[in-house]
Amino acid sequence: MRRLLYFLPLVICLGIALFFYRGLDLNPRDLPSALINKPAPEFSLPALPGRDIQRADDGLARTDLTTGKPVVVNVWASWCIPCVAEHPLVDRLAKREGVTVHGINYRDRPDAAAAWLKRLGDPYAKVGKDESGRVSIDWGVYGVPETYVIDGNGVILYRHAGALSPEILERKILPLVKGAG
Amino acid sequence: MIAEIGHFALIAAFLLAGLQATVPLYGAHKGDRGMMELARSTAVGQFALVLLAFAALVNAFVTSDFSVLNVAQNSHSTKPMLYKISGAWGNHEGSLLLWALILSLFGAMVACFGRNLPPSLRARTLAIQGMIALGFLAFMLFTSNPFDRILAPPSDGAGLNPLLQDPGLAFHPPFLYFGYVGLSISFSFAVAALIEGKVDAAWARWVRPWTLAAWCGLTVGIGLGSWWAYYELGWGGFWFWDPVENASFMPWLAATALLHSAIVVEKRDALKSWTILLAIVAFSMSLLGTFLVRSGVLTSVHAFATDPERGVFILALLAVTVGGSLTLFAIRAPKLQTTGVFQPISREGALLLNNLFLSAAAATVLLGTLYPLFLDVLDAGKVSVGPPFFNATFGPLMAPVLGAMVIGPFLSWKRADFRQAMQKLWLGVAAAVTAIVLVLILSGVEGILPAVGVGAAVWIICGTLLELADRVKLARVPLTESWRRARRTPRAAYGMTVAHLGVGLVVAGVLGATVFKTESIQNMKPGDTVDVAGYTFTLDRVERLQGPNYQAERGVFRISTDGEQFATVNAERRAYPVEGDTTTEAGIHTTWVADLYAVIGEGSPTAGWTTRIYHNPLVPWIWLGTIVMSLGGVISLTDRRLRIGAPSRRRAPTGGSSSPAPAE
Repeated sequence: MRRLLYFLPLVICLGIALFFYRGLDLNPRDLPSALINKPAPEFSLPALPGRDIQRADDGLARTDLTTGKPVVVNVWASWCIPCVAEHPLVDRLAKREGVTVHGINYRDRPDAAAAWLKRLGDPYAKVGKDESGRVSIDWGVYGVPETYVIDGNGVILYRHAGALSPEILERKILPLVKGAG
Repeated sequence: MIAEIGHFALIAAFLLAGLQATVPLYGAHKGDRGMMELARSTAVGQFALVLLAFAALVNAFVTSDFSVLNVAQNSHSTKPMLYKISGAWGNHEGSLLLWALILSLFGAMVACFGRNLPPSLRARTLAIQGMIALGFLAFMLFTSNPFDRILAPPSDGAGLNPLLQDPGLAFHPPFLYFGYVGLSISFSFAVAALIEGKVDAAWARWVRPWTLAAWCGLTVGIGLGSWWAYYELGWGGFWFWDPVENASFMPWLAATALLHSAIVVEKRDALKSWTILLAIVAFSMSLLGTFLVRSGVLTSVHAFATDPERGVFILALLAVTVGGSLTLFAIRAPKLQTTGVFQPISREGALLLNNLFLSAAAATVLLGTLYPLFLDVLDAGKVSVGPPFFNATFGPLMAPVLGAMVIGPFLSWKRADFRQAMQKLWLGVAAAVTAIVLVLILSGVEGILPAVGVGAAVWIICGTLLELADRVKLARVPLTESWRRARRTPRAAYGMTVAHLGVGLVVAGVLGATVFKTESIQNMKPGDTVDVAGYTFTLDRVERLQGPNYQAERGVFRISTDGEQFATVNAERRAYPVEGDTTTEAGIHTTWVADLYAVIGEGSPTAGWTTRIYHNPLVPWIWLGTIVMSLGGVISLTDRRLRIGAPSRRRAPTGGSSSPAPAE
């Protein structure tokens, strides 16, 4: 029995090697695009507590995406550094361009998330907290930040993984939002 | 022409490595002195040839020879000279050549300085080193030749990724590789010992200086990489748990564990198969890092351009090296005899605890790094494992190590009195508790964890100094007697003290960077001011300037406190037209207890500029700490006992050495 223990490192190593071999054929940057032009998944998230503007029905759900007006859904977290970088652009989208932006707060502590919004400004109409990350998985969130454009009927038009840039905002998101409206 | 000389030198080195990998092994088996000695000449010859190849490549970069494909793809004639040189290893092929160069350098060093090694152990170690070289040289020659020519050379090159055009990153790979690849020697020693079926105190004493040297290089390399990320990526962060960062961190954790467990083998003739396993694992982690960076199985900001064919080759190399050595381990390790026994409360016990937690930490980082890949392969979805996972798991695993690293040196070998050790440490306990209470009361930071972290840093620094004081009996005997004791204390002991102090500094710095920092993001126009942590930052002006191969917008910030200006910092945003990229250069003023850090973003004179201002207390200590840690390693390396090639004063204390050549 004790002798078998000495084979354990070898077994683990071979197991990892097998995964690597299979992993070589996969491209980690290939994001599942199955959701593009499909309806957004069914979901309902409780509201993020502690925000400056708080309404009773502040939770975020699928019904918020089917109001007839295009909306942008931004997935973020207070521990995510690129989210800080793109924040001025999200702010601009909401305040200067007048687009409704909803937030999904991904795997975060609610107090940290609320403090983050207080510090950097809160551009979101509604923020649902997804502490377990369950809903984000349904959306196919690969990492934070991620941004989705959804038409007035709840259909996902566009998805951007990673921090927004002014180019993405101007060339992709704004035309879609304005066009779908 | 010179590029072809480089290519031929590589082929010759490959053939020589073939000789080095086989003949000495057979010679050691047969007891043939001449065949064993071949290991030394081939190792030195291989180094000379790879050095020639490396010089040829650097020459091609320096002279901007764009008929060489690698130069055309990665260099540009207007690049500053420093980055022309560092460009030679800023790409896949060139960095592999650097890899091979350092690999053969370590082989040559063992050949030259390992005169006191038993001939059979030396021959086998060098043969294993030759096998690794054989694999990597084959990899270069068959899939990644840095000397490939192009028939129609372009008039100018494509340039080097601007992020890499930075002094910190120019020297980051050489140090990192020195560490990564240096661990190959510990690996070769371990495999050679398994072949010989003998691991004793003498073996541990030979293997430690090499591990220590590699560890120092790795520490500096990781520090440089993190420093670069800090000022170049412009987020004020220093560590992102990025797969490539993790790839360098895992070997470091394993090497740190190895350094400590080798002490137990040397002094107490215990933990033998564990130490051998660590030596194999540490180098395997290095190979794994090489695989991760070059195969494209994980995404990272640092990864090289990838190619699945190369991935298969490295994976095969990895499987043969690691799989082969672990098979040998599984067969031979159970036969290793251990004579040393010890109680749980003893110095061995403390070192074992350190080993267990460091290994668990390395395993956790490995799991977190590979988890997205595992799920992807199992078709269970794409996930990214972010800092929350690492922060939640890594800290708790490190806590026992940080606690025990102070107590351990107070414990005696074999069996120790815990109460007595803690009595000597009461001052350290008091200091740590005071620090925790002070932080809880004074700082506005919520939660008990930051306070405990500060307590840990104070504990390590005080406890380590107390150990030194105890060693020289400071304040218990006259000062002259203490001074005499201090002079007689071996350098290895000072090395430990210094390295442990470095850990304390790093812990403090990490806390400052994560818990106590203040940041402020705003839109500023020239003349605007913003207050951060008691400092007033004024955006004085924004000017345009022309660099050697970039245009920059430079924001000049004046920093004042209580109305008195004491510093200006320049934050830049650089646009590189050749590469079509922009980079940020943070403007940093350091007071050594805090960094004042300014970054300028996009903007225009009418709309103003987005600026980010950070006050990062204690952050400089992270890099100071890594330098102090490596300095500790270097001090330990100069110890008479370990000095390479120098005769040591006495036999192994256990008398367990039965090697044919005396260990003197």
